[in-house]
Amino acid sequence: MLLSDTRYRSYTFQFIALLCLIAAVAFLARNLMNNLEAAGLNISYSFLNSASGYDINQRPIAYDSQSTHLRAAIVGILNTLIVAVLACVTATFLGVAAGVLRLSNNWIVARLMAIYVEAFRNIPVLIWILIIFSILTMSLPAPNAFRGDDATSSMLFRAFAFTNRGIYTPLPIMGPGGWLVAGVFVASLIGIWLFRKWATKKLFDEGRMIATFWPSVALFFIPALIAFFVLGMPITLDYPALKGFNFQGGLQIRGSLIALWLALSVYTGAFIAENVRAGIQAVSVGQSEAAASLGLRPRRIMNLVVLPQALRVIIPPLVSQYLNITKNSSLAIAVGYMDITGTLGGITLNQTGRAIECVLLLMAFYLVISLSISTVMNLYNNAIKLRER
Amino acid sequence: MKKTVFLGALTISGLLAGAAAAATLDDVKARGKLNCGVTTGLTGFSEPDASGRWEGLDAAVCRAVAAAVLSDADAVEFVPLTAKTRFTSLASGEIDMMARVTTWTLSRDTDLKFDFVGINYYDGQGFIVPKALGVTSAKDLDGATVCIQTGTTTELNLADFFRANNISYEPVPVETDDEAAQQYLAGACDTYTTDASGLAATRAGFPTPADHVVLPEIISKEPLGPLVRHGDNDWADIVRWSLNALIAAEEYGVTQANVEDKAASSGTNPEVNRLLGTEGELGAMMGLDKDWAKRAIAASGNYGEIFERNLGVNTPIGLARGLNAQWTNGGLLYSPPFR
Ligand SMILES: N[C@@H](CCC(=O)N[C@@H](CS)C(=O)NCC(=O)O)C(=O)O
Repeated sequence: MLLSDTRYRSYTFQFIALLCLIAAVAFLARNLMNNLEAAGLNISYSFLNSASGYDINQRPIAYDSQSTHLRAAIVGILNTLIVAVLACVTATFLGVAAGVLRLSNNWIVARLMAIYVEAFRNIPVLIWILIIFSILTMSLPAPNAFRGDDATSSMLFRAFAFTNRGIYTPLPIMGPGGWLVAGVFVASLIGIWLFRKWATKKLFDEGRMIATFWPSVALFFIPALIAFFVLGMPITLDYPALKGFNFQGGLQIRGSLIALWLALSVYTGAFIAENVRAGIQAVSVGQSEAAASLGLRPRRIMNLVVLPQALRVIIPPLVSQYLNITKNSSLAIAVGYMDITGTLGGITLNQTGRAIECVLLLMAFYLVISLSISTVMNLYNNAIKLRER
Repeated sequence: MKKTVFLGALTISGLLAGAAAAATLDDVKARGKLNCGVTTGLTGFSEPDASGRWEGLDAAVCRAVAAAVLSDADAVEFVPLTAKTRFTSLASGEIDMMARVTTWTLSRDTDLKFDFVGINYYDGQGFIVPKALGVTSAKDLDGATVCIQTGTTTELNLADFFRANNISYEPVPVETDDEAAQQYLAGACDTYTTDASGLAATRAGFPTPADHVVLPEIISKEPLGPLVRHGDNDWADIVRWSLNALIAAEEYGVTQANVEDKAASSGTNPEVNRLLGTEGELGAMMGLDKDWAKRAIAASGNYGEIFERNLGVNTPIGLARGLNAQWTNGGLLYSPPFR
């Protein structure tokens, strides 16, 4: 009997399952098309080229109400990426710190970190977003409070203003040669990285330890500062100042961005902390003990022995946390942050009534972003995973 | 990921599955309840009172239709919708009609495939500011932060107004009226802009309404009216004439108190007789019985009574009839004849 042949049987079942799936998808697609037709609607993306008619507050690229819906979508995409990148970075720092400290021998520190993890992991991120946003709008002063001789609030160092509309900070303005200074700075960051790599190699090859801290600090500041002064101080700071209803000039970090960024960071950070803890605990105690018996100090054991091995356990779940941050950033609309869900999936969808088109585009966007993050992280994972010999 | 896409497609096709069903009247009768889309809470138009009963000008339109169709003014399921979710909800068939301070525009009537059946409030867009701000004209708002509900006509008018006057602003998008009020009162925005009636209603709910003024400029026309899905003309007729019945009732002096008497036997005014079914077969022409309009009027009274109870000068909102007076009193309310 063919049916008793397991190989044949499993192929048959898989084939049948595939047919069912195709049939189901085809049915849904047909249903969609029929109903669209019955309702007199059609799928068309031409609306993307017409003027959007609405304004967006946070605009990484030039945009006004006469720009197209497509441009509004791009502004939304950039805003999504901004908050996602910011939150991924801070969540990673928070998570690694909390995960490591939770294993600390210091009882209080370990407890505090446990409380952090449990409190933040177990309350939905939407609630965190709303709480932080409410605290910002309710507790910080309005720009009006900074006005006049009897102002009730004042700027920090005459450079930073904390208002319920966001935080205003000085913004670097690039004069001629400014980008050169920035280039030098980036080059010195690469230099630091190469230097540290070289130092590690020396340590492993020759057992010679080279102090890296002070040379790194020097590399960080000196070349950029020299370039800055040699080029005649081409970078100036634009300070925010109260003009009319609001602070003008400088950089405005809106309350909605801060709330979203912080909430995503602390929430996802708690999950990452658990991943980190699991990763560290996956490295057998014998390794730390062996390192300790060689006379290494706890911090060096962590950096040289435990973390490099733990990373292999930490990276895969970290990828899904990054994906979560990106997808959760679509909660932005709760605080009026204009991400892609707010522009394309919100106002554009609503004003044009092109629900299907917008939702399909949104799905495609999140799919592409998620797959890209996975790909990059998988490449990194492959680069650091155990080389079997 | 595949699963997500699949589920997404499922949602969308589910979303449109209901749109095709044509005979809304039969659906409503079979269900025994009218699903009526309203705001999430806007005093005077649609808001649950202390006992949870929806009250307001829009809510009264829902009740009138339910009374006409189902003979029970309380057979209404009020579905609260934000400005953003309202059109999807109507298009998908989740609600049978919507009376949600919705502006009649060409694109909503055509491209979005809806039918506006009339206008139950003639409005325009205004700005509210704290008195302390010292602003007396909307043109002084250069650089201001403006709270604005997303997915509304007011959002587009706002952009047009500032562009036309060559001044700048910073929009703070919010989802609901409550959220807007909260942000505005916290000073997170300098001004809130929406339909002037909505501003009056929102202001009435402030702790100290007198500290806030509505600026004189009205920057747009906002004819607010009930709407239904495009394509079911019979149903659109029923909703349209239920609204007209309320307006005509005021014109001819038919009130909640006297409607029973007037409908008992035919009187001297043939128009009233036809409206209340003591003469002619108007109800049957719409697939209803002859008492349909009597019940619609008995539900919450005629248009004037509904207006005075929910929005009028003796309510905290305190709106004058203005454009919303009968045409015989210099307003725009004008029901086509019942003939
Ligand atoms: N008439 C405008 C705006 C309608 C609107 O959303 N108005 C606000 C304020 S007047 C409202 O009803 N909010 C109540 C809610 O958020 O549910 C439109 O149709 O786009």
